[in-house]
Amino acid sequence: MAESGDLFRRIRGRDGFATVALDLFSTTRNPSPCSYSGSAKRLRIGDAIPAAVVAEEDRRDLVDSLSEEILFLILDRLESDPLDKKSFSLVCRSFYAAESRHRRAVTPLRSDLLPAALARYPLASRLDLSLCHRITDAALASVSGALRSSLRSIDLSRSRGFSQAGIGNLAVNCAALVEINLSNATDLSDAAAAAIGRSRNLERLWLARCKMVTDMGIGCIAVGCQKLRLLCLKWCLGISDLGVGLVAVKCKRLRSLDLSFMPITKKCLPAVLQLPHLEDLALVGCLSIDDEGLISLKQECKSLQVLDMSNCQHVSHAAFSSVLNKAPGLRQMSLAYNCLVTHSLASSLQKLSKLQCIKLDGSEVTTSGLGTIAKLALREGLSKCSGVTDEGLSSIVMKHKGLVKLDVTCCRNITDFSLASITSSCTSLASLRMESCTLVSKEGLRLIGQHCHLLEELDLTDNDLDDEGLIAISGCQKLCILKIGICLKIKDEGLIHVAKSCSKLQEIDLYRSLGITDTGVMAIARGFPLLQTINLAYCTGITDDSLRSLSKCSNLYTLEIRGCPQVSSLGLAAIAVGCQKLTNLDIKKCYHVNDAGILFLACFSQNLRQINLSYCSVTDVGLLALASVSCLQNMTILHLGRLTPSGLAAALLACGGLTKVKLHSSFKPLVPKPLLKHIEARGCVFQWRDKPFQVFSLLWFKDTLVELEPSEVWKQHSQEMHVD
Amino acid sequence: MDPKQMPTFEACSSMSSQSRNLNQNQRATEFDARETEQSLPKFSSHLDNSFHQSNQAQQVAMNWDPRAVLNSLDILGQKIHQIQDIVRSTLSNERQLSIQPNEFAAQQQLINTDLTCTIIELISTAGALLPLIKNALASGINSPGQIGGVANSASDLDLVDVLRQNDNLLSDGTKDSEYEELIKGLSDWDDEGMKPISTEDIDVKDNEDGVSGENLPLGSYEVLQLEKEEILAPHTHFCAICGKGFKRDANLRMHMRGHGDEYKSPSALAKPSKEGSSEPVPIKRYSCPFIGCKRNKEHKNFQPLKTILCVKNHYKRSHCDKSYTCRRCNSKKFSVMADLKTHEKHCGSNKWLCSCGTTFSRKDKLFGHIALFQGHTPALSMDEVKSQGMSVQGQSDEVMAKEEDIDYLISGNVIEDTNFSGLKGADDDLGYFSSMNFDSFTFGGIDGLQQPSFDTSESLFSFHK
Repeated sequence: MAESGDLFRRIRGRDGFATVALDLFSTTRNPSPCSYSGSAKRLRIGDAIPAAVVAEEDRRDLVDSLSEEILFLILDRLESDPLDKKSFSLVCRSFYAAESRHRRAVTPLRSDLLPAALARYPLASRLDLSLCHRITDAALASVSGALRSSLRSIDLSRSRGFSQAGIGNLAVNCAALVEINLSNATDLSDAAAAAIGRSRNLERLWLARCKMVTDMGIGCIAVGCQKLRLLCLKWCLGISDLGVGLVAVKCKRLRSLDLSFMPITKKCLPAVLQLPHLEDLALVGCLSIDDEGLISLKQECKSLQVLDMSNCQHVSHAAFSSVLNKAPGLRQMSLAYNCLVTHSLASSLQKLSKLQCIKLDGSEVTTSGLGTIAKLALREGLSKCSGVTDEGLSSIVMKHKGLVKLDVTCCRNITDFSLASITSSCTSLASLRMESCTLVSKEGLRLIGQHCHLLEELDLTDNDLDDEGLIAISGCQKLCILKIGICLKIKDEGLIHVAKSCSKLQEIDLYRSLGITDTGVMAIARGFPLLQTINLAYCTGITDDSLRSLSKCSNLYTLEIRGCPQVSSLGLAAIAVGCQKLTNLDIKKCYHVNDAGILFLACFSQNLRQINLSYCSVTDVGLLALASVSCLQNMTILHLGRLTPSGLAAALLACGGLTKVKLHSSFKPLVPKPLLKHIEARGCVFQWRDKPFQVFSLLWFKDTLVELEPSEVWKQHSQEMHVD
Repeated sequence: MDPKQMPTFEACSSMSSQSRNLNQNQRATEFDARETEQSLPKFSSHLDNSFHQSNQAQQVAMNWDPRAVLNSLDILGQKIHQIQDIVRSTLSNERQLSIQPNEFAAQQQLINTDLTCTIIELISTAGALLPLIKNALASGINSPGQIGGVANSASDLDLVDVLRQNDNLLSDGTKDSEYEELIKGLSDWDDEGMKPISTEDIDVKDNEDGVSGENLPLGSYEVLQLEKEEILAPHTHFCAICGKGFKRDANLRMHMRGHGDEYKSPSALAKPSKEGSSEPVPIKRYSCPFIGCKRNKEHKNFQPLKTILCVKNHYKRSHCDKSYTCRRCNSKKFSVMADLKTHEKHCGSNKWLCSCGTTFSRKDKLFGHIALFQGHTPALSMDEVKSQGMSVQGQSDEVMAKEEDIDYLISGNVIEDTNFSGLKGADDDLGYFSSMNFDSFTFGGIDGLQQPSFDTSESLFSFHK
């Protein structure tokens, strides 16, 4: 068909359009064959169909005139947001069919949806079952039957209920399988490992926390799956040197190997280091590896690029130096939470010409060590390091004008001097994290905004930031993530300035910023159209007006308004209607939110996954309404004064997708045990908490901040309820 | 030079100067610890020189001089006494609590050094003999009972190397770890020195007969040869009165009590002490009566056996039928009862199973085997698999696998038997798996085809389908 061919070329030629408006049902007789406005990035497909065709044929034929190829091309461009594809498939039958043939990755929300998902997506190659807590052997059999030839990857890391029979079924039937994630299958035995060993084409395998698997099981895998490129054996406490050694002898193609927290000793290391293609090796927390073993290593591993030896507490800097000498090609090295970083260790790091990134989080650092490191490392994290001084940090930043990422979280010794040298030399910094650098003054913080204009991520939590600093930050126009929690000095004025210039901001954290009021939030909502995450917890000054303005941010995924007592159901309703993508919501201690708000939420926010309702005025009615949200997985329901056991039971029963519920332990004897067992069998985990009813937050009371006793709050709260 | 340093010097140089004053030993223990530390480097360089000299002296003096040997042995004896004295004085000092920790460490260091000197001297004395033996052999003196050609020029050179190395070690420093290394090096030399001659058939069990590494000089022992009947006789001790035979003399003595009160006295019951302990008892070594055996004195590389028990075990193991069969597996046979008992302790506990049907008593042996052969897989026992709940399909798979297994067993064993001798050398480059030892596993299939040592339907689960 000539027309669709033309359209095909047009679509393929344009990479950037964000929205496709499918105006197929308008019967306008527009003589122009195809029009799309480049600036708005909208493409009207309806216009592309010649008017004559529309006149002669009915709507159904019109839709059919789009070939599957074109639909696939459109679908290719919808990868960014899963909801777009959903809307696409709801257009008509042929769109639905195209979408089901196009989709490769399937993530069923609940176990009981798996058969339907398998029937709808026969060509799926990637099956992510991490949301399905209960996967039986029968379910795995149906998977291996339905996706016999197409399945390449399956994720069972969060699932339980299957045994080696199901795994064996998959391994034998799905010959194309290259990736299995069996992490957290703590009850899986050697027999299951032997079953995995039968899938000969396996390339990537995760077995983290499979504690029952022993050397025998991993031996079967090593012999059976010789094409393995990635193997994760983190926390496999049953596997010793023998098993790891055999893996290293048999699986010569291994690129990535994770041996973290395993009881391995120096015995298996020679074989591991002799792997010809090994690039990524993790030895985090291997407590049985000591200095002697590492120093006596003779093998050189030339291919190794990434080495993570964090938390190896029995290894000293001398042994690290000797290891570093064995791996000349290292690009990335993590020595977090280890030992003293001294000059000698740093000088052996210096020999690694290709080193790009080194992580020293939580280590003790000497100034001379940092001075030596300064000569080589390009990016690094010094998070929670003790001993980082102005001098050391300055020596690093002076050497690296091109530093892109700097993490000095909780380096409490650095002062304005460091900040001055950072900002003056590293002007291309894209990410700066400096939570709790308490010695830095507000004048120092102003330098950040004045010099680092390329910043994309900035974390200034718990610092001495004020409005002047914020005004300076407004010069960073590329800013995506801004975390300024517990900065008590910032006010609306500063936020307004940031909102005016940083239009790309997606995430903002204003935790306990008590100076923020509705004016500031309004500016945020207007200035950041792409906002996805906002944390306004304990910003006690905000009211429903803030929420009303935030409801304009249609991309909002996460909203935290914990401890904002002036917020009511009206504001929540506005959010529910406006932000339909809302996934995570925390309204703990929003005392005035009642069933009315929750009803709106249940009606509009169909994508809600996680909610915290503690201390709200929600009753059985609200909770039951909320249970109709089919995506809901995680609920925290503590101290709901008017919740009855029967209401809770009904809500739990109705909400099929729950995976984790936090409840007050007083409910435990009141809810029938068989019901709890039934819900647990569906894959839900209950966490019973015995916290006493307390109020930690500050409340506005007659224009003054006072901390009220719990009983008083409750009294005040109930009085207000009567007034309402 | 500080006069206080002199005693240490003399104590050490006495080896080469062969003259020493015992009284100076007392002074040697009184020195100041700090000064000893200073004197140590000098001391070791001095030692270095003395050793080079002594080495050269021994290289030049190729002739056998019993007096020189006796002389050096005397010096060694004195040296050991001297060290004893130092240790004793250290002990007495310790009791007085007047000594400081660093002083104590310095003394310890001194003693270590002295001991090492003594060991090296001893070795060099023994090493001086080696060329002599070679000469003796070359000149055609080949009397029965002489030691075989243990030494050759290569081992001679090794010895010199080792000594040079030791000198270096000493001059480098005086840490404990280096001494350990030194001693390890010496023992390595000992083992390797024996190797080059073993071109004959290797009798694995012979090493247990207690002569490996023994390197007695020629003529220093007496060679006895028991006859076959004597060796195989069930009893060696006979009662003079009633003629009853016993395996052990102690049993005979207990028996004798029944023949009268004169045999009940403590002296009669006591172990007959070796009279004449004052004069040295000639060392006895034994020869195997089997002509052509390496343990026979006629053999050109004769290696003697140490005790009568060694002779008995060797003769039975190497030259007799294996008449004791294991009652559990019905496949393993032994000629020495003790061997059978050792085997029976472990028989049936070979729980580590390979897909080829071979069983192992130890997991590391199984993993070594799997690392070596392509396609072999660790096999889980059926109990374990069953406890997980087998599917019906799995059962049918298993029946098919069983048949293949038997085929596999036959072919597998043939291959392994033929390659058996060649495999040992090939596994050196496999890292720590190379330590695998072939005699630690049983080929279940060799005899297992008539009377399987394991039941395939019960215990074997194969994954090589």
